[in-house]
Amino acid sequence: MAEKGIGARVLRKEDLRFISGRGHYTDDINLPGQAYAVFVRSPHAHARIKRIDKGPALASPGVLAVLDGQDVAADRLGNLVCGWLVKSKDGSPMKMGKHPLLAQEKVRYVGDRVAVVIAETYHQAKDAAEKLIVEYEELPAVVDLAKAHDAPALVHDEIPNNLCYDWELGDKAAVDAAFAKAHHITRAQFVNNRLVPNAIEPRAAIGHWDPGQDAYTLYMTSQNPHVHRLVISAFIGIAPEHKLRVVAPDVGGGFGSKIFIYGEECVVLWASKKIGGRPVKWTAERSESFITDAHGRDHVTTAELALDKEGNFLALRVNTKANLGAYMSTFSSCIPTYLYATLLAGQYKTPAIYCDVQAYYTNTVPVDAYRGAGRPEASFLLETLVDQAAIELGMDPADIRRKNFIPKDAFPYQTPVALVYDTGDYARVFEEALKIADYYGFPARRAESEKRGKLRGIGLSCYIEACGIAPSAVVGSLGAGVGLWESAKVRFTHTGKVQVLTGTHTHGQGHETTFAQLVADKLGVPFEDVEVIHGDTDKTPVGMGTYGSRSLAVGGEAIVKACEKIIAKGKKIAAHLLEASEGDIEFKDGKFTVKGTDKSKTIGEVVFAAYVPHNYPPGLEPGMEETAFFDPPNFTFPAGTYVCEVEVDPQTGKVDIVRFIAVDDFGNVVNPMIVEGQVHGGLVQGIGQALLEGARYDESGQLLTGSYMDYAMPRASDVPFFEVVTTQGTPAVANSLGVKGCGEAGAIGAPAAVINAIRNAIGVRVEMPATPERVWRAIQQSPMLKAAE
Amino acid sequence: MRISMTVNGKPVSGDVEPRTLLVEFLRNHLGLTGTHVGCDTSQCGCCVVHVDGESVKSCTMLAVQADGRSVTTIEGLAKDGELHPLQKAFHEHHGLQCGFCTPGMIMSAADLLNRNPDPSEQEVREWLEGNLCRCTGYHNIVKAILAAAQSMRAMARAAE
Repeated sequence: MAEKGIGARVLRKEDLRFISGRGHYTDDINLPGQAYAVFVRSPHAHARIKRIDKGPALASPGVLAVLDGQDVAADRLGNLVCGWLVKSKDGSPMKMGKHPLLAQEKVRYVGDRVAVVIAETYHQAKDAAEKLIVEYEELPAVVDLAKAHDAPALVHDEIPNNLCYDWELGDKAAVDAAFAKAHHITRAQFVNNRLVPNAIEPRAAIGHWDPGQDAYTLYMTSQNPHVHRLVISAFIGIAPEHKLRVVAPDVGGGFGSKIFIYGEECVVLWASKKIGGRPVKWTAERSESFITDAHGRDHVTTAELALDKEGNFLALRVNTKANLGAYMSTFSSCIPTYLYATLLAGQYKTPAIYCDVQAYYTNTVPVDAYRGAGRPEASFLLETLVDQAAIELGMDPADIRRKNFIPKDAFPYQTPVALVYDTGDYARVFEEALKIADYYGFPARRAESEKRGKLRGIGLSCYIEACGIAPSAVVGSLGAGVGLWESAKVRFTHTGKVQVLTGTHTHGQGHETTFAQLVADKLGVPFEDVEVIHGDTDKTPVGMGTYGSRSLAVGGEAIVKACEKIIAKGKKIAAHLLEASEGDIEFKDGKFTVKGTDKSKTIGEVVFAAYVPHNYPPGLEPGMEETAFFDPPNFTFPAGTYVCEVEVDPQTGKVDIVRFIAVDDFGNVVNPMIVEGQVHGGLVQGIGQALLEGARYDESGQLLTGSYMDYAMPRASDVPFFEVVTTQGTPAVANSLGVKGCGEAGAIGAPAAVINAIRNAIGVRVEMPATPERVWRAIQQSPMLKAAE
Repeated sequence: MRISMTVNGKPVSGDVEPRTLLVEFLRNHLGLTGTHVGCDTSQCGCCVVHVDGESVKSCTMLAVQADGRSVTTIEGLAKDGELHPLQKAFHEHHGLQCGFCTPGMIMSAADLLNRNPDPSEQEVREWLEGNLCRCTGYHNIVKAILAAAQSMRAMARAAE
């Protein structure tokens, strides 16, 4: 292993600029002549726009333009679209409601964009926005997902019952037959709480039309600048793709929320041309982020597990109602379907599974991918249901899992819900986690807590996820509108330095370090000589961006392929220089050597010859720069076991997490330090979902949790130090690195571990977020605690 | 209104509207964009700077209130090209991911260590009440602050 190659805990290259306040986030950029945009948003969840009077706003000092939905229509700009076509059970396509950049005729959620004011300064734009006159006719709002089907109003007048699609997966007849002969059926209802992603950097954008070149530049907070360029060109129609440059500089966290194509970024780009080519900047206030960034989760589910009398799982039946919000966000359709129901086998050999999903519009913020995206919902319901089944059958939750794990010799394993798991050894990871947790020593710890008046519980969660998104042909057959390959360009300079241009984007994941380690390892160059460049559509090859824990498994593999091309070309040059045949040249540790001799050339010498080809193979192109695209043959399947131990204060209902053990199989690992950091962050988002976070609307569709005063973000004092173990994994087979992806695991696995631990402590499953009030109320009604009294 | 203050050891002045926040003055007038804005309710702590040596949320203070005072931002924390022990510790312990909360975290932690050179884990966690991070789960931030405290105590002992 190179000193700073694959597997090394290398400190991050990107840190220096961030710890010294010299990062370059979008809002840090100011262009000459820049004007400022402030959006006027709907204060109503559902209303008809009767009249907009721009006069007073236009007359306000410093105002350059006021634009609304009619201006968007007049310029024939396209609507925002969902890029994944899901079909209903009857074969009909999903019903996509029109989503204009600025509202036309109706507003459909509190925060819906009605107009934009452009002014010389931010404060002038803000003052003028207050003066815009909008008259609304309020309509009844559809807020409650459970009642959306028969609600008295339609979010989109042309879509009956507010039903976007009614989708299914699995063999219903086989499941029904298994249920008919089951010894025991475990049933439960679940609410998967709506979350607000809350990347700490709010969204921001600067749009600039250059009249001289008739070209556009959009600086923005994006996880996937090429996807933004594609949609803004092909669907919105603001600029042709070759005349649009999208730059996503340093981005302060995404968690899914910066994947999507929203209206604001499109509007500032369009508005720049409307005001003659001055740059237009918009930066969201946090209050805007809460009501405009796509939310996550928000399911209501009924699930049933059929078992035989030994506790073997026979079949799983799931019905889910999923909330889409007011409009279909970019990838909203595939989250509660292909990223959800396909994961319902979990780590178990359940032979028959059926899931159907009804997705509804409501007058709330659109819902889309948020860290984990579908997989946390699947994992949560399965892992809490399995626990419940164990309790009902009088089994230890550990034993029922052991009985049902897919055995390690069953891989590749075809699940009944479409996926083929590549590799895994679930039982081994499970036993490792239980050992670290001293699972069987728990009764003594419980007794010790009891002496202090606390109720102690332990909870397990065995999650699986599908990452490395995604094999293009597979997702294409399921309705995806794009391919999900990734790209890389590896470029040597004359002096032997390396630039790596990737189509992925780093916004906290540390790609600048991890990818440099990869290249240092593969090409035998110093880590310090490798610079990773990303986030600019004019620099990098077309790429699909960062989400779904794909960057290393797909983007990293594209880098490996580009390195292989470099080595292949280098062999031709080295053979020429060493007067040997190409087949006799070996490459190792940065040296091309003639097999069986000590004759060699360093990669630096070979690269120099490629750029100064005075003595060079005839017919070979000069230069040393290679591009590769990689389309994975399959997903990857990270999996692990999480063990959570809680203490509950019966007087207050407050839950303290006293221990949390995470053992993950991520396959091979490039930088263990970064991987552990990813798990820490995911765990706290999962614990946040379990204990603290939840977006709440009132009956009229006002978001009650619209600021950090009202939405409980996890804080440092809410969580302990974690025991995170990246176990010696089972390498993935879909990429040569054997890596599986680690970005979402924590958020997927943690909620069930926490909720199972609370149930173990108090005898009742509490809905998320398990706030002190909910836990206290549950304690008052706990049969287990009543029996103990 | 005309205001003057010392920022990172240098005298600066500017004309601001009375409603201008200190963070706007730092970012937009002085170009010190290391101080970030992550919320509008004084909760996230991305904007923490020191005013006369104490941590302040610069989104919650008017620029005119800082008139005549001494302000230190993340750009001014390193001394003579040498990173502050907290900056080093955040790097060495992977205490940052996206980096957006980091300047506020470091400035806030610096004030803690000025007040309490030997905080417990719990004291660090409680001090960070006013600083939100969405990436790290706080694990490595707390580790970094405890490590910096230790190295600063060692430096103080060595200087005695």
